[in-house]
Amino acid sequence: MADTTTAYAQSDPHHVRAVEYTGPASKRIVTGYGFWIFILSDMVMFSAFFAAYAVLLGQTAGGPSGAQLFDLPNVAIETGFLLASSFTCGLATIAADARNKFWFQIAMAITCLFGLAFLTIEGREFASLVARGAGPTRSAFLSAFFTLVGCHGLHVSGGILWLLTMMAQVFAKGFRADIQRRILCFALFWHALDIIWIAVFTVVYLLGSAA
Amino acid sequence: MLGKLNWSAIPIDQPIPMITSAVVALGVLGILAWVALKGHLPYLWHEWITSVDHKRIGVMYTLLAMVMLLRGFADAIMMRGQQAFALHSNGYLPPEHFNQIFSAHGTIMIFFVAMPFVIGLMNLVVPLQLGARDVAFPTLNSVGFWLTATGALLVNISLVIGEFARTGWLPYPPLSELTYSPGVGVDYYLWSLEISGVGTLVAGINLVTTVLKLRTKGMSLLRMPMFCWTTLASNLLIVAAFPILTATLAMLILDRYFGFHFFTNEAGGNVMMFMNLIWAWGHPEVYILILPAFGVFSEVVSTFSGKPLFGYRSMVLATMAICVISFMVWLHHFFTMGAGPDVNAIFGIASMIIAVPTGVKIYNWLFTMYGGRVRFATPMLWSIGFMVTFIIGGLTGVLLAVPPADFLLHNSLFLVAHFHNVIIGGVLFGAFAGYTYWFPKAFGFRLHEGFGKAAFWFWLVGFYVAFMPLYAVGMLGMTRRMQHYDVPEWQPWLMVAAFGAVLILIGIICQIMQLVVSIRRRDELRDRTGDPWHGRSLEWATASPPPVFNFAIPPDVRGEDAYWAMKRHAQPQDVEKTEPDYEDIEMPRNSPTGFVCAFFATIMGFALIWHIWWMVAAGFVGAFATFVAFAWRDHDEYVIPAAEVARIDRANLAERGALPGTAGSA
Amino acid sequence: MTNGHHEIDHNIDIAPGDEHFEGGIGERVLGYLTGLGLAILLTATSFFVAGTDLVWQPSIPVALVVLAIAQMGVHLVFFLHLTTGADNTNNVLALAFGVLIVMLVIGGSLWIMANLNHNMMPMDQLMQMQR
Repeated sequence: MADTTTAYAQSDPHHVRAVEYTGPASKRIVTGYGFWIFILSDMVMFSAFFAAYAVLLGQTAGGPSGAQLFDLPNVAIETGFLLASSFTCGLATIAADARNKFWFQIAMAITCLFGLAFLTIEGREFASLVARGAGPTRSAFLSAFFTLVGCHGLHVSGGILWLLTMMAQVFAKGFRADIQRRILCFALFWHALDIIWIAVFTVVYLLGSAA
Repeated sequence: MLGKLNWSAIPIDQPIPMITSAVVALGVLGILAWVALKGHLPYLWHEWITSVDHKRIGVMYTLLAMVMLLRGFADAIMMRGQQAFALHSNGYLPPEHFNQIFSAHGTIMIFFVAMPFVIGLMNLVVPLQLGARDVAFPTLNSVGFWLTATGALLVNISLVIGEFARTGWLPYPPLSELTYSPGVGVDYYLWSLEISGVGTLVAGINLVTTVLKLRTKGMSLLRMPMFCWTTLASNLLIVAAFPILTATLAMLILDRYFGFHFFTNEAGGNVMMFMNLIWAWGHPEVYILILPAFGVFSEVVSTFSGKPLFGYRSMVLATMAICVISFMVWLHHFFTMGAGPDVNAIFGIASMIIAVPTGVKIYNWLFTMYGGRVRFATPMLWSIGFMVTFIIGGLTGVLLAVPPADFLLHNSLFLVAHFHNVIIGGVLFGAFAGYTYWFPKAFGFRLHEGFGKAAFWFWLVGFYVAFMPLYAVGMLGMTRRMQHYDVPEWQPWLMVAAFGAVLILIGIICQIMQLVVSIRRRDELRDRTGDPWHGRSLEWATASPPPVFNFAIPPDVRGEDAYWAMKRHAQPQDVEKTEPDYEDIEMPRNSPTGFVCAFFATIMGFALIWHIWWMVAAGFVGAFATFVAFAWRDHDEYVIPAAEVARIDRANLAERGALPGTAGSA
Repeated sequence: MTNGHHEIDHNIDIAPGDEHFEGGIGERVLGYLTGLGLAILLTATSFFVAGTDLVWQPSIPVALVVLAIAQMGVHLVFFLHLTTGADNTNNVLALAFGVLIVMLVIGGSLWIMANLNHNMMPMDQLMQMQR
């Protein structure tokens, strides 16, 4: 009997066959999957901004181009902070699974600091660009740049607000099941933001400077 | 203090909006007053406004759609009236007003009639068909509905405070840029759609997750009813396409509010990129609308032919093929914009290819009917009307997919006739079929059949009389959106079209009468079996209306057409069945989150339109506070004890006779 | 009908982002550390490639894109725990759908707009004609 079932399983490794569907998924899976779908929709939104950026790349209207404006060492530091924050977010996830409030709060706090560092550097970059007359109203290229990078920054800002809310929730109510689900969603969000940043620093900054 | 808002925003000098607004305001206030005086307000608040029950939310979506249909149709009949008489004349609608009317007509019909209608039907039916208790995220569902309502509200406010966009239902730049549309009209459009777009996206996420993760035991994907497959495809498209709309409208907002240069004439903006991006959303959008309608027809045709759907697997393949290909054809909306022949040819061929899976579906429906005992109830009439009408519309679509032909017909009334042909013949007929078919499930009594049939015939004949002349006049060279014209050959056609609109108006009146009469005669029309049509899928296994938890015991599904199988296998000797083991059921609590969020969204939207910045900040803080308050809830569910479940279930089973449907005849 | 023979746990998907943690905390942290290390390596390489003269110049865009995709993969595997296991199939399928749409939108837009820009007069010249 066991042989037949093993053979059966081997012939249908992803269980496409109807027989064994056992019913609705658990709440954690449902919540996580739904949020995953939301993240994919967010990626599509970013792709529209990426497309606009790529189309408007050369439209500098006589103004400065990317190569003249981008400060790569700055970008490297930003990237480092965001990457590190992804790592500490992962540590926070582990702490949450282990239901360790102390390490969870520490890891989240460090994530928050790294995220704020990222935003500060980005904000300073934007401010200096505007001060040099290279603000978003200068040309279509700059409009697209500020929008794409700024949209990512807005998402990071929103993420930080969420992060602080999660810290408050865990502090007030501990690791209740629904709070654990929200932590899962937050982690997905935060890691996704870093994935999008990979695309941003490669396409906008590195390719823009190499041009 | 109040931004751009001042008393001159109210168009006192324009009689039509003033009178309409007065009538609407009186009507709304009248209804509110009657509800309040009769003491129904607490009931409304607890049972409907704060409801997170998918059935209630589905009904509210559908109600929103039907009310907005009246507004959109009023715009339509004004346009037909104008064009019937505007030969060598300015008609009765000055250009600024006419332009707002056709813009509002399209915007309302697509975003606040068609979308809510299909989303409402999917919300009501899909969890029942899947054997689930609710959608994946019930409170989010409520938020989505109320945000959609916010968008509708903002568009309607533009009638009396300010103006609406004059740019058409898609605001092409540079006309929609600040330079050429300095008023608030385009802003009303933009914010109304950004807000309701969030609502739609939320519905999309909800339904995808529901279909993929909440099916009952034994219901693998290939045992799902066809309506659930089309729901999956349509909502995958929502999730994939609506972010593009959000981004593109955001870019236009940045241009208008902050002086960015995405689509401006100066500083390197690229107006054509707007068309490219907006249609990358716009084409999937029409498939988002039609796929659920296809699903409705699959359900209706198989039920009223008494046969299982022919070619279930090919239907699934066709549906998913349409889902994917719909993202590969969008350039056919701007063949004339200057792309080279190679680009045009590839998108033209892709547009023709996408007609093939639809053809597969039509053949499958025909083969489902063939050899069956067809009952011509109202939903079936809508389905047959759809099949004939949609084929014509699809054919003209394939004709337009030929780039050289499109160069002549683009933006003519031929195009207008084509898309109304497929949207009315496809989406609206499907929505009406679904509405008539599932009304008894939602409310426990059927709709009056006589008025239903009358409505169908007036709509069908009215549609042909209204739109076939538009094909002709488009071929004769008439451009769309003309406020007046000087070609005498066009006028007879336009007068016939206006008469067609009057026939449709009678059809709508029949539908209103149908609803009123059905409610008054609901005891005669009562359905106690929960299965008035001899249905095949699980929603008919519940009472009408279903209890809040849908199924006392989640069904165990063994094949397609789950309920039909249950009925066939019920044996007379099962009469003495023992009762199932009832268990406690946890259901989500009702919540005002959706309504309150939408309230703040309305404030934010209005403030953004009129540049009242302090109000924007206040609205944002309010919305965020609402989210946090919601997240801080300790009790988001309540328990229905097993004894209560048992009592409700026993009562429902007793209503319909002891067995879950005595083996129905074909 | 369920019995011990049916691989019930294979039917249960895993939530995206969750990982099977039979290994204990040390192993999990090591996983994240590995991901961090690889990501740092790939990022540093990207920055180096972009600025250096040591690489054949025309290959730089391709190299950067490849490095970026590799790093996204590192994030997906080590931080989001996306695997090829049967319980992750739905998550991977959803991602694949998203990637398809992203490629269609970006690729399609670039192709179309390049074609249009090639054929159409630049806007500033058009505006000059108006004056």
